[in-house]
Amino acid sequence: MIWTLLILAGLLGGWELYARAGNVDDFLLPAPTQVGQALWDDRGLLAHNLRVTALEVAPGIVCALLVGLLLALALHRWPPVRRAVYPLLVGSQAVPIVIVAPLLIVWFGFGIGPKLAIIALVSFFPVVVTTLDALARIDPDQHRLLATLDATSAQRLRHLELPAALPGALSGAKIAVAVAVIGAVFAEYAGSSAGLGNVILQAIPQLETARAYAAVTLLAALAIALFLLLTLAERLLVPWARRDTDWRPR
Amino acid sequence: MPAKGAMDRQQTAPLPAPDTQTGPALSLEGVGFAYPPARRGAAPVEAVADVSLVVEREQIVALVGPSGCGKSTLLELVCGLRAPSAGSVSGDPAVLMPQRDLLLPWFDALDNAGLALRLRPGGSRAAARAGAQATFADFGLTGFERSRPHELSGGMRQRVAFLRTLLSGKPVLCLDEPFGALDALTRAEMRDWLGAALLRDPRTTLLVTHDVEEACVLADRVVVLSPRPARVLASIDVPLPRPRRATDPQLLALRERALEALGA
Repeated sequence: MIWTLLILAGLLGGWELYARAGNVDDFLLPAPTQVGQALWDDRGLLAHNLRVTALEVAPGIVCALLVGLLLALALHRWPPVRRAVYPLLVGSQAVPIVIVAPLLIVWFGFGIGPKLAIIALVSFFPVVVTTLDALARIDPDQHRLLATLDATSAQRLRHLELPAALPGALSGAKIAVAVAVIGAVFAEYAGSSAGLGNVILQAIPQLETARAYAAVTLLAALAIALFLLLTLAERLLVPWARRDTDWRPR
Repeated sequence: MPAKGAMDRQQTAPLPAPDTQTGPALSLEGVGFAYPPARRGAAPVEAVADVSLVVEREQIVALVGPSGCGKSTLLELVCGLRAPSAGSVSGDPAVLMPQRDLLLPWFDALDNAGLALRLRPGGSRAAARAGAQATFADFGLTGFERSRPHELSGGMRQRVAFLRTLLSGKPVLCLDEPFGALDALTRAEMRDWLGAALLRDPRTTLLVTHDVEEACVLADRVVVLSPRPARVLASIDVPLPRPRRATDPQLLALRERALEALGA
């Protein structure tokens, strides 16, 4: 933690010097102190919009986690479906979300619905990949064991496949946090009345670049907070996936 | 009263009594098995060839043979996990105890031991834990009910796995090198422990091992198998009283005979 702060201080110091030296216009790159000032001056506005975006991203990640987990279980259980659908999923990730975001807004309106859909759409894929990998790593002998104990297919799912898949799904969600935040910004660009993406969209043409950067700072903080929350969820939900060890390589 | 029988199945009797039908517990006639070829154009891999074997109720039969000879495949055939490509397997239902303990890391020791009870129709977690708890002391596991598998020693993990196998309630036990993964000291300890457990609670048992001494100490009969594909080379009765000592001269003589049959 101390090192994170030191590295951050170094980066901010360099940025401050670069911006102060007058190499670039304030409208292009405000100095960190200006961003800090904007964070303080606009704290009411930013706090309100941070809340809006956080309440889009957090449920969006949960949706992505559930959709990704269920999809991975289905693909794992039915190999013909996996062979047919997996390449399409990979292809779907290459579609720039900015292209389809307005379409989703047109279809589903300006509420939370299309924003959840967009965030889930950009972030479910890592969950599918990591969950499928976790399922593929199940020891075949483990399946044989459940077979000799006469487990039904549903029991196999509940006692073997689901617990084996969960750590993978949570890892995928951690990877997806950053893209989920970017997805929320694009969703708000496409149509919204509030949120940090909306703040950025309005601040740029008003040449309030420092405010836009303040919003970006909060987006980064949001991503870090969600990542930490998912790490906590991992400890609580899948304690077996984490081994405490007091040994470290020298 | 068929309804009562159905009730009995669902109860959490810790070690359900094996079925008592007539005839041998297990009968293999000319059993063969070949794995499908790994690549197109390759020949199928014959793992078991023409094995005939009759196991009486509560008899312990050890299968010894060189490693990779198809012993494990034979057990999978007996447990119905694979269908033989030749011959027939008949007899009581058999449960497999695989070579590795395969305890589920998300369950504690008690949940792992009671897994079979929980998987039964109408089984519940509470009933399974209660059923496993009833025999935990006999297995020297008291105090470790809530331990996760990685917190247990190798010998304890193997005992939990053996308890899980017993609690399946199937009359025939198929043990696939149950001590193969243990160090020599623990291995000898576990061998004596298993001998005592089977003396207390006799079961029809097929024990696969590559350790001839272990086979002679534990089994009523030692069946020597050939290198792949597995065939029966010799069947040696071990008519010695229990508990047995590995250093007993009579046992040593039988061990020599088995080793001779193995060609060692």
